[in-house]
Amino acid sequence: MQNTLLSLLIWLPILGGGLVILLGNKRATTARWMSLALSVLVFVMSLSLWTGFDSSTHLMQFVEKSAWIAQFNINYHIGVDGISMLLIILTTFSTILVIVTGWEVIQKQPAHYMAAFLMMEGLIIGVFSALDGILFYAFWEASLIPMLLIVGIWGGDNRIYAAIKFFLYTFLGSVFMLISLIYMYNKGGSFSILDMHNLSLTVTEQAWIFWAFFIAFAVKVPMFPVHTWLPDAHVQAPTGGSVILAAIMLKMGGYGFFRFSLPITPDASLQFSDVMIVLSLIAVVYIGFVALVQRDMKKLIAYSSISHMGFVTLGVFALFLAYNPNNLEGALLGLEGAMIQMISHGFISAAMFLVVGVLYDRLHSREISTYGGVINSMPKFTGFAVLFAMANAGLPGTSGFVGEFMVILGAVQANIWYAVLASTTLIVGAAYTLWMVKRVFWGAITNPAVETLNDINGREFSILAILALAVLVIGLYPQPMIEVMHTSIEHLLNQALTSKL
Amino acid sequence: MINTFQFDTASLMVALPEIFLLSAIVVVLLLDLFLTKPFKQVTYYLMQLSLLITGILSFNLIGQPETIIFSNSFVLDDLASVFKVFMMAASMVAMVYSRHYLVQHSLFRGEYFVLVMLSILGMMVMVSGYSLLTLYLGLEILSLSLYTLIAIARNRAGAIEAALKYFVLGAIASGLLLYGMSMVYGISGSLNIAEIAIFANSAELASREVLVLNFGLVFLAIGIAFKLGAVPFHMWVPDVYQGSPTSVTLFISTVPKIAAVAMLVRILVDGLGAMQTYWSDLFMVLAILSIAIGSIVALMQTNIKRMLAYSTISHIGYVLLGFVTGVVTGYGSAVFYILTYVLMSLAAFGVIILLNKKGFEADLISDYRGLNAHSPWFALMMLMIMLSMAGVPPFIGFYAKLFVLQQVMSSGMIVVAIIVIVFAVISAYYYLQIIKSMYFEEGDKKISISAPMDIQLVVSINTILILVVGLFPDFWMKLAVSLF
Repeated sequence: MQNTLLSLLIWLPILGGGLVILLGNKRATTARWMSLALSVLVFVMSLSLWTGFDSSTHLMQFVEKSAWIAQFNINYHIGVDGISMLLIILTTFSTILVIVTGWEVIQKQPAHYMAAFLMMEGLIIGVFSALDGILFYAFWEASLIPMLLIVGIWGGDNRIYAAIKFFLYTFLGSVFMLISLIYMYNKGGSFSILDMHNLSLTVTEQAWIFWAFFIAFAVKVPMFPVHTWLPDAHVQAPTGGSVILAAIMLKMGGYGFFRFSLPITPDASLQFSDVMIVLSLIAVVYIGFVALVQRDMKKLIAYSSISHMGFVTLGVFALFLAYNPNNLEGALLGLEGAMIQMISHGFISAAMFLVVGVLYDRLHSREISTYGGVINSMPKFTGFAVLFAMANAGLPGTSGFVGEFMVILGAVQANIWYAVLASTTLIVGAAYTLWMVKRVFWGAITNPAVETLNDINGREFSILAILALAVLVIGLYPQPMIEVMHTSIEHLLNQALTSKL
Repeated sequence: MINTFQFDTASLMVALPEIFLLSAIVVVLLLDLFLTKPFKQVTYYLMQLSLLITGILSFNLIGQPETIIFSNSFVLDDLASVFKVFMMAASMVAMVYSRHYLVQHSLFRGEYFVLVMLSILGMMVMVSGYSLLTLYLGLEILSLSLYTLIAIARNRAGAIEAALKYFVLGAIASGLLLYGMSMVYGISGSLNIAEIAIFANSAELASREVLVLNFGLVFLAIGIAFKLGAVPFHMWVPDVYQGSPTSVTLFISTVPKIAAVAMLVRILVDGLGAMQTYWSDLFMVLAILSIAIGSIVALMQTNIKRMLAYSTISHIGYVLLGFVTGVVTGYGSAVFYILTYVLMSLAAFGVIILLNKKGFEADLISDYRGLNAHSPWFALMMLMIMLSMAGVPPFIGFYAKLFVLQQVMSSGMIVVAIIVIVFAVISAYYYLQIIKSMYFEEGDKKISISAPMDIQLVVSINTILILVVGLFPDFWMKLAVSLF
């Protein structure tokens, strides 16, 4: 019975989304409730991935495999390990949030809006569970389509530019991945990702494949210098779109490094780890300063996302320097920290975008200067906003701290200066987040419109409360999550440290 | 060399689809003369019926052992039968779309359908041609019917211009092709494909003979490239696509491409397969140029028919790339690509025609503004078609590109694959323009769909096939490879 669970998680939202489209925009209320019911159902089902998960093995679980395109030996092959399982649950969780968020805010084609998010949920779960290269690529590319439409239809004034830039940027990135996949198929006779892990490749081949993967994943993460699509897409996207972009789509890039780059091209990863670390540090430090000067709240959070995702790539590639044959702890800390950072950033960035969304729905402005003294009219809301801002700044006790701390610990073992540079984010991050909080929420009311703001309603309260809970639970007790992924990460570490030459 | 003429009825059965279609043409043409205006629809239905029966007859011939009849000038093999079935299916769909257009623009007359049937007969002869003469004969039946079809809108200056342009350039192409044929005939002493193959394969070819054969080959390749519309022999494509009535553009851009690929297979693969190293170099240049020019020039188009013309040119580039590989699976990938292309192109023009109304051509990209607000269903259809053409999974266009690229890379041409895929990303931009118009922009005028149910239904099925075959492409890929 468990064997069809992953398929259900993928296809239920996709087909359900199709059904919601057929309902049409005229029956918006039914469409909303149906979408909510579907997303909750999928979330509950995805929890049995966690409960049924055997964390003592690194092997893929909940595996399904059947022939799909026999001409190329392509299989419908899906399964999860400790890494992808967490990301799938993050996906199903975030989808509920965006559906509730768009509940009454989206009046233009509401059914299509809900359907787009449902379909995207299924496609992204497909990305995280695919174990066949072409299946992965198909889901990976297909997930661009709903996002393109979400940004383009429900976005802000400059949405068309942002949507097309987003699509072309990521499309260009991923076609090189396709070329590498075909190359490895021609060499090894299989598109299976697990077979590719064992495919022996020369130094030159690994270098080419590594950079091809790099283009695909770095655009998604996004890493400096291919991050420029993100601020545009985030600013223009509707709140729900920003949430999914930041919480999940960026993780697809990080996941790519975990699933493809490290195990398939370990020697090239080692060879180029310095470059990757430098790019990550530029993202962490330089983009942090860029965030400091933003006037637009969404742009500020977008840049802060890039900066935080820099920790993910830092943690991944610091492992080669932190590696000590007698003690795997340093390298392991970096990788696990990167993973925790991805999950935690999923919650925090979602929360931050929702906070901006709440304000935007009321005053239709994202400019920091429009606000000031919001605490006077929206005290409950400000409480949440400050909590999330603290988490974003990496306050101990919140999830933001755990991942960054682990990555920094890993980086210390690699090179103390990397750690020092990375730690500056704790200062810069606190600076841009708290300065924004100060200007938006505290102080005297300067704009008369702020006085008339209503505090959050029950719907908004419940979303923010759930997220606050998640942020605190992970921050205070990350142990279960680390345990679940531990074996998989250890296996990945072994793969990354075993030369293929 | 020419065998004694054998005439027995058993051999006629092999050409049954062609014989039936020819008889049907004669009957329909005569009948049409006696039909008064209210009954003109009868011609249309008779044509559809004839095409259906021809298709069924061809379908029944699938799996027959290769048979060569009529003094070695006509071949029946699976490639021929399968291509004929696809051509009939594509023509029937194209005619469903055409009828709506013809009625809306007062072009509905019986000759139109007779000419279409005649051109289909020409294509069937091309597909089964096993001598240079038969191939040429089929090509001319096709071309002459097409010239007339375009000019059927005789009160439109654009259509007359397109017809003349197509006629003049087509005549030049035919001339080049004939010149190449005469060279090959001159050196090999035969018009028969099999005998040319034996000659080209023979080990003791003098360098002089190779030279003449090569010389002829270049002209043959140019002639075929002309018919396919590959760069630099593509000049006629955008003008003819734009100037012709959309129903004719739809037809020209789909079914004859299958026939041209068949002619390519007959002459270059079956006949001059031994010279593959020579013609694959030519095709490499043609393919890369087609993909590059097709992708870049399309970016600047405002007319959707012209844009699709350039898109066709770049698709043809992929088909040629499949032939460049010189291996059986590579040829299979080219055939899979052309059939995929026909499916997508039919659907794209289907949507364009669907939006046609009296006095409204729906041929500008700006005509699609806000389509999603007025007809979300057909906007979704067009979205799927455009993404499929751009090569985004899970639509069929992606698997066609994947197949060709995989074959190209397994022949060691990785740099070519990278060049091609970069142009695929560039071309995605103009497909996105249509999506942008339909979804992201507000239209200033209301678009209402008044087309009859039959065309709406066929367009929908056609487009859903793009998705469904995309999800399960295995059967079609295997079929395409099995033809060689």
